[in-house]
Amino acid sequence: MKILVAVKRVIDYNVKIRINSERTAVETNNVKMSMNPFDEIAVEEAVRLKESGKVDEILVVSIGQRKVQETMRTAFAMGADRGIHISYEGETEPLMVAKILKKIVDNENIDLVIMGKQAIDDDSNQTGQMLAGILSWPQGTFISKLEVVDKNASVTREIDGGLETLKLNLPCVITTDLRLNEPRYASLPNIMKAKRKEIVEMSMAELGVEYTNRLKIIKVEEPPTRSEGRKLEDVTELINILRDEVGVL
Amino acid sequence: MNFEYSRTQIDLINTLTSTLKKFDDDYWLKCDVEGNFPEVFFKAMAKGGWLGVALPEEYGGSHLGIVDTAIMMMNIAKKGGMTAASSIHMNIFGPSSLVKYASERQKKEWLPQIISGKTKMCFAVTEPDSGLDTSRIKTKATKSGNHYVINGRKIWTSAAQVAKKIMILTRTSPRKNDNPTEGLSLFFTDFDKKKIETKIIEKMGRHAVDSNLLFIDDFNVPINHLIGEEGKGFKYILDSLNPERILVAAEAIGIAENALDRAVSYAKERKVFNIPIGKNQSIQHPLATGWAQLEAAKLMMFKAANLYDSNLSCGLEANAAKYLAAEVGMEICKHAVATHGGMGYAKEYHVERLFREMMIPYLAPVSQQLILCYIAERALGLAKSY
Repeated sequence: MKILVAVKRVIDYNVKIRINSERTAVETNNVKMSMNPFDEIAVEEAVRLKESGKVDEILVVSIGQRKVQETMRTAFAMGADRGIHISYEGETEPLMVAKILKKIVDNENIDLVIMGKQAIDDDSNQTGQMLAGILSWPQGTFISKLEVVDKNASVTREIDGGLETLKLNLPCVITTDLRLNEPRYASLPNIMKAKRKEIVEMSMAELGVEYTNRLKIIKVEEPPTRSEGRKLEDVTELINILRDEVGVL
Repeated sequence: MNFEYSRTQIDLINTLTSTLKKFDDDYWLKCDVEGNFPEVFFKAMAKGGWLGVALPEEYGGSHLGIVDTAIMMMNIAKKGGMTAASSIHMNIFGPSSLVKYASERQKKEWLPQIISGKTKMCFAVTEPDSGLDTSRIKTKATKSGNHYVINGRKIWTSAAQVAKKIMILTRTSPRKNDNPTEGLSLFFTDFDKKKIETKIIEKMGRHAVDSNLLFIDDFNVPINHLIGEEGKGFKYILDSLNPERILVAAEAIGIAENALDRAVSYAKERKVFNIPIGKNQSIQHPLATGWAQLEAAKLMMFKAANLYDSNLSCGLEANAAKYLAAEVGMEICKHAVATHGGMGYAKEYHVERLFREMMIPYLAPVSQQLILCYIAERALGLAKSY
């Protein structure tokens, strides 16, 4: 079985986000970048499946500037086998990514796609669903548990009010939620081995995907600052305010 | 000249930092107070492959140089002080003589065990009557049939209580004045607790990693546990002296960074007469001096490591790095305690522990004074004074 894992290089989750002076984008210069945490969970899940003997190869795909290869090496150090880097300078958008992934899935005879439910930079939460759509594959989204037996995947999803368990036929698309697993730290020998794993770099055109961006970012702004609260003496005062000032009672 | 960390080095630091996060200040304090070997930390280092950082890949190592190893030890000391560094130090630097001089069969048997952490090793060189003057060691190995019989005393052997293997330097032929270092032989063998009596030395700091006196009586060692040729042992350990000095410097720098960070945080938080004490120049200047001198020591340490990795002579730089790191390290630890005032003397603020641990790189593996004698002779061309 062959797994495809998509990884995105995003601003590290510990970094305080700043907007550029033109207010057109988030500032990414001189900012620490890391693998999207949900993608890290996806890589970990793929590696665990490989360790259980159910998977032959884990293919990692990333789209963007040359530096995404660093992120791919992180996936290699965790246990992924090889990578395809689609070089692209512009802004990625969900449908574009889905189309690229579909092409690679077709070329590489992929049996299972595992990806983060969303990237923490734009929080789109669309790519996995779109990919399953254009592939006409079943999808298991926001999963917290995955079991693969023969040609089936049993997934547990966290939904409002409880857990939902679904059984899907392979091939399928899985998107990961936070509680699926805790990604490992790479070992030193694996970091060194990761340097020698193969990355094939190609453009969208070379892959055979044509796409023109459909989304345009008009403006990026800081969320409004929260106004200061005030301390009340007692519950009576609270009720009075809720009734007289806020008008909710 | 390039002062940036490489991509691999950044990955190394990030991964190491994530692993070290699991071991907080209380862990190291508890190890020191209770005098327990940091076993969980040692296992985590083994599991992450860190013990094989500088050893060949064919035995499970990562074959990195001394620059990378120094970065690793510096970051480990920055988190867990000398307690952390010493617990793995010997497994990191000790096997280098094995890599160079042991037979293929010996390496196949021993190195994977060291790298996987299954075997902790200790190193017995220093004796009660001979410290820096190694040629005067008295521990004797006498050949008898298919084994050697070792008798003697060793002192300051670290981790002998937990070690399964011992690397030991012995005399196999009498000392000659015209060639005093000839006739020493190096063995790597099982630590037989029946034939080697150990006595823990009660000491000032680093209680978690034991230091010992060894009494060795009629200890039989098979011939195939001799490293290389009989009589050439001094040469075999000589090669590892410069890397050891570089790593000790890196560890001292790590401890000093640890202490400096704590002093700075405390200086920002602690208010006296309604202002944070860190606003006073009398608090700022010693810490700022410490920062500047520490950065300089770090540059010298990396220069020495880089020379070593490039197969160039690095004796002066390695010694100077250990000298500078220990000097500034002592100063920083002293001021870190002083910045904390009375609380600096309390164990829960950790700086007193670092202060005690900093004495180790100050005293070992070679004294500050002897380094200056060496520099005077080798760098300045002054007459040899010892």
